[in-house]
Amino acid sequence: MPTVSVGRDRLFAALGKNYTQEEFEELCFDFGIELDDVTTEKAIIRKEKHLEEETEEDEEVIYKIEVPANRYDLLCLEGLVQALRIFIGIDEIPKYTVSNIPSESMLKMHVKPETSLIRPFIVCAVLRGITFDEVRYNSFIDLQDRLHQNICRRRTLVAIGTHDLDTIQAPFTYEALPPYEINFVPLKQVKSFRADQLMEFYKSDLKLKKFLHIIESSPVFPVIYDCNRTVLSLPPIINGAHSAISLKTKNVFIECTATDLTKAKIVLNTMVTMFSVYCERKFHVEPVEVVYSDGKSSVYPDLSVFSLEVPLSYITGSIGASLEASQVSSLLNKMQLRAEKSVSRDGNSIVVSVPPTRSDVLHACDVMEDVAIAYGFNKIPKTKPASLKPIALNQISDLLRLEIAMNGFTEVLTWILCSYKENFSMLNRKDDKSTAVIIGNPRSSDFEIVRTSLMPGILKTVGHNKDHPKPIKIFEVGDVAVLDEAKDVGAKNQRHLAALYCGANSGFELIHCLVDRIMEVVGTPFVPIGDNSGYYIKRSDEPEFLLGRQANIIFRGNHIGTFGIVNPEVLIIFDIPDPCSFVELNIESLWS
Amino acid sequence: MAEDAILGFLEKNEKIADSGKFASNIGIDHNEIVNVIKSLHGFRLVDAEDIKREKWVLTDEGKSYTVAGSPEVQLFLAVPPEGISREELQKKVDPSVYKIGCSQAIKNKWLEMGKAQVSRKVQQVEDQVKDLLLRIQDGEAVDQGDIDALKKRKLIALQTWKSYSLTKGPNYAPKRKKVATDLTREHLQRGDWKDLEFKEYNFSAKGQPAEGGHLHPLLKVRKQLQMIFLQMGFEEMPTNNFVESSFWNFDALFQPQQHPARDSHDTFFLQVPSTTKKLPEDYVERVKRVHESGGYGSRGYGYDWKREEANKNLLRTHTTAVSSRMLYLLAQKPFAPKKYFSIDRVFRNEAVDRTHLAEFHQIEGLVCDRGLTLGDLIGVLHDFFSRLGMSKLRFKPAYNPYTEPSMEIFSYHEGFKKWVEIGNSGMFRPEMLLPMGLPEDVRVIAWGLSLERPTMILYGIDNIRDLFGHKVDLSLIKRNPICRLGVD
Repeated sequence: MPTVSVGRDRLFAALGKNYTQEEFEELCFDFGIELDDVTTEKAIIRKEKHLEEETEEDEEVIYKIEVPANRYDLLCLEGLVQALRIFIGIDEIPKYTVSNIPSESMLKMHVKPETSLIRPFIVCAVLRGITFDEVRYNSFIDLQDRLHQNICRRRTLVAIGTHDLDTIQAPFTYEALPPYEINFVPLKQVKSFRADQLMEFYKSDLKLKKFLHIIESSPVFPVIYDCNRTVLSLPPIINGAHSAISLKTKNVFIECTATDLTKAKIVLNTMVTMFSVYCERKFHVEPVEVVYSDGKSSVYPDLSVFSLEVPLSYITGSIGASLEASQVSSLLNKMQLRAEKSVSRDGNSIVVSVPPTRSDVLHACDVMEDVAIAYGFNKIPKTKPASLKPIALNQISDLLRLEIAMNGFTEVLTWILCSYKENFSMLNRKDDKSTAVIIGNPRSSDFEIVRTSLMPGILKTVGHNKDHPKPIKIFEVGDVAVLDEAKDVGAKNQRHLAALYCGANSGFELIHCLVDRIMEVVGTPFVPIGDNSGYYIKRSDEPEFLLGRQANIIFRGNHIGTFGIVNPEVLIIFDIPDPCSFVELNIESLWS
Repeated sequence: MAEDAILGFLEKNEKIADSGKFASNIGIDHNEIVNVIKSLHGFRLVDAEDIKREKWVLTDEGKSYTVAGSPEVQLFLAVPPEGISREELQKKVDPSVYKIGCSQAIKNKWLEMGKAQVSRKVQQVEDQVKDLLLRIQDGEAVDQGDIDALKKRKLIALQTWKSYSLTKGPNYAPKRKKVATDLTREHLQRGDWKDLEFKEYNFSAKGQPAEGGHLHPLLKVRKQLQMIFLQMGFEEMPTNNFVESSFWNFDALFQPQQHPARDSHDTFFLQVPSTTKKLPEDYVERVKRVHESGGYGSRGYGYDWKREEANKNLLRTHTTAVSSRMLYLLAQKPFAPKKYFSIDRVFRNEAVDRTHLAEFHQIEGLVCDRGLTLGDLIGVLHDFFSRLGMSKLRFKPAYNPYTEPSMEIFSYHEGFKKWVEIGNSGMFRPEMLLPMGLPEDVRVIAWGLSLERPTMILYGIDNIRDLFGHKVDLSLIKRNPICRLGVD
């Protein structure tokens, strides 16, 4: 996207308000442009010359503003200011006028047929009674540069020439001649060059050498003369020194030569609309008649408005906000589009007059977009398409299961029901009657209780797999149930994770390492004891584990689980001949 | 040493006729020679052919008789010419000698064994057994009849002796080149890997067992089913509540309080926590009314609905208990269509056998929208089951207290060549939906099946206890393939 550099203070003066940078960024954001960089003229130069960074207090701050690639009217300070002032409601939309001049006194540009060999089109206009100052003048030059860079495709499609009208004399001719027949003093030079020699001369010119290829190999070069055979320009390379504009220039003659007529008209319109603001008669432009050798002629610039009728329902239906026709009109006015309500058989419509500055408007959708921008994208009521919400607990459980399996553990799936003994006395635990859901009518002792821990199922699995090669590394992620007065039914599920190592030695360190790994994958740091910002491990004294080789896992200050070497008495009860280490933790608190 | 001997011998000679003799000639243990032969044969340096030789050798018992004489002779000699009492004789010889000696001496008609007295029948005997044993020990040939007799008495045994005849193999060399079993860092550092000759790798054996972790097969199937539901636009219901009230499990589903499923024979009722304390009272009132006297166009069941019965806690018998809670919640907001699913544990107080457990996983899907039809249900079932590889479906009218119509889903099993029941489905009754507050034109179509059954069919498991629970063989979990349900 193109970037426009403007002086901050001058910009704010033109906008009539001193914005803070944040305020200005907000305004840009809403309008759809972006404050890309804040710098100074000297800083830019320093950067180009790779000099050391140094700041001086009095340097002028420059805003580099990124504008949409199809908005040529925003490529200069004048256009930006105008668009923003209208957007914030200070200014009305300007009305551009082509001065009414009788045909006989209108300036003429005669086009010779040979031009069709190299660059067939030319359009011209005059800005009368313009007042330049240094800043305006620089902006005028800059706009030409930016247009050349963007829409003109580095002068291949269109090239702009501007001249002090008072130094030249109409009628003008646009011709195409062999290079050796063209002689003139080019801009910024003192001696006269023959066109072919000039091309040779510019091969060492950093700025101009990249345009030479456009005409270099052609037998004829395009050239514009006044009635005294003074060369105005050798498009698209260079203007003549004779007609050069200066700060003192009052009347500017603008010519655009092109291979694409539509773009030439847009470029000309952009130049004249932006700078007619400095004319004696504001927003007035003097026309020039372009006369072809076959007698056909056209008058430029064409500043007529393009009219477009857009159904209100199309606008509101596309945006998804209900807006009245009058609202839409005033929103469009903020975007420099004059709009009027019209009622037809099919319902309300908006008739939009697209000014010459808005060549980007092609279709009703462009109008609709401007309504949405002016209304504010961020004020449009949301409508969400139907979508699915995952259950976080199940998703995270599955992710953890994968992690544990990746750590070399094999998943088991055991029963939720077990005997009362298995849940308590066989684990060396006592029932304090405050946790377990107890079944009233069990068909057998296997279904007396809903497990409060995954431990009995895991130990039973090891007991039934005595012949399995060691080490055995198994895990389970599943629900236990505990009493909870706060629930309507008086109990709730809790998602637990348990893992066990069984082998020739206890594997205690391996289980410890698994705890660290679980904490690592949930993104929790290991912290000193007492620190509640992560997890730490604290010695514990639980009857199902061996004293001295067991610990509690404290996660953000809460005890969420325990690991240790399984108490050998418990191992005997579950008929396990080999040492085991076991960890169990509540994983519901691991994220929130 | 042994290797050099073999390769060296073959360099000058055509053949080693018998490795056994070769071993004793060069004075090396034959076992050692055999190990070397196996290795040389493996690398095809020599070709080895088995020679099987058989030889009779004395058993320990036989060996003892070569010294002490056969028990019958020992016994005979212990009997003096004048005879002896049985008691005396027993004292004179070893009990085993007495026992074996008696039977053989009687058989040989050497001794007269009277009731009290033992006396000689012949004056002299020859110890042929001892002679035969000595001859066998010396490797002399004996009659087949004698062999059979001694074998029967377990005094001799046949020893098979394996040896080899050897010739040069296709890779024969007088000195074996050292072969590598693996490429090592040292080989790369020394650069001698180019000259390495590798030991033939045995590709007919499997590689080393892997050490990684494994997921449980049933949960792998669950994952794929979750994917299928998500692909069909179904949202998962939160089912992490095993403890449920009879109200949500039965009453809300318009299941009458006398229904057999509510018997303690089928349902686990709870001692702790025994009852539910909180229910949405206005909704409870509407449910009570629809059970007792109907409404919403229904006659109701016409019985006295008891709150105590609804308050009874239980372990949920189906995940439809969760569905009823979700539909009730849905009815409390402006209506929006929903598609829900769940896969989680349910509990039945049933006898456990090869195909039934007291707990299993229920898969449930439901669609709640305006104007749904039975055609929509059949369509969604075809979509769902064809993703499970069951595209041939038909539906049987069935009874279910909370769905009307109710359809049992049958699928044609190409392997079994018959129609098998794979699930249950139906359209929820208005008596269930309208008291919740759902709009009148909203219908709910739903279906359910167990997770275990398709898994057992998929993995060819015929006992559910081999799939799920603590008695499952861990090796089975480890061997399990990936589940490709919904993928192909």
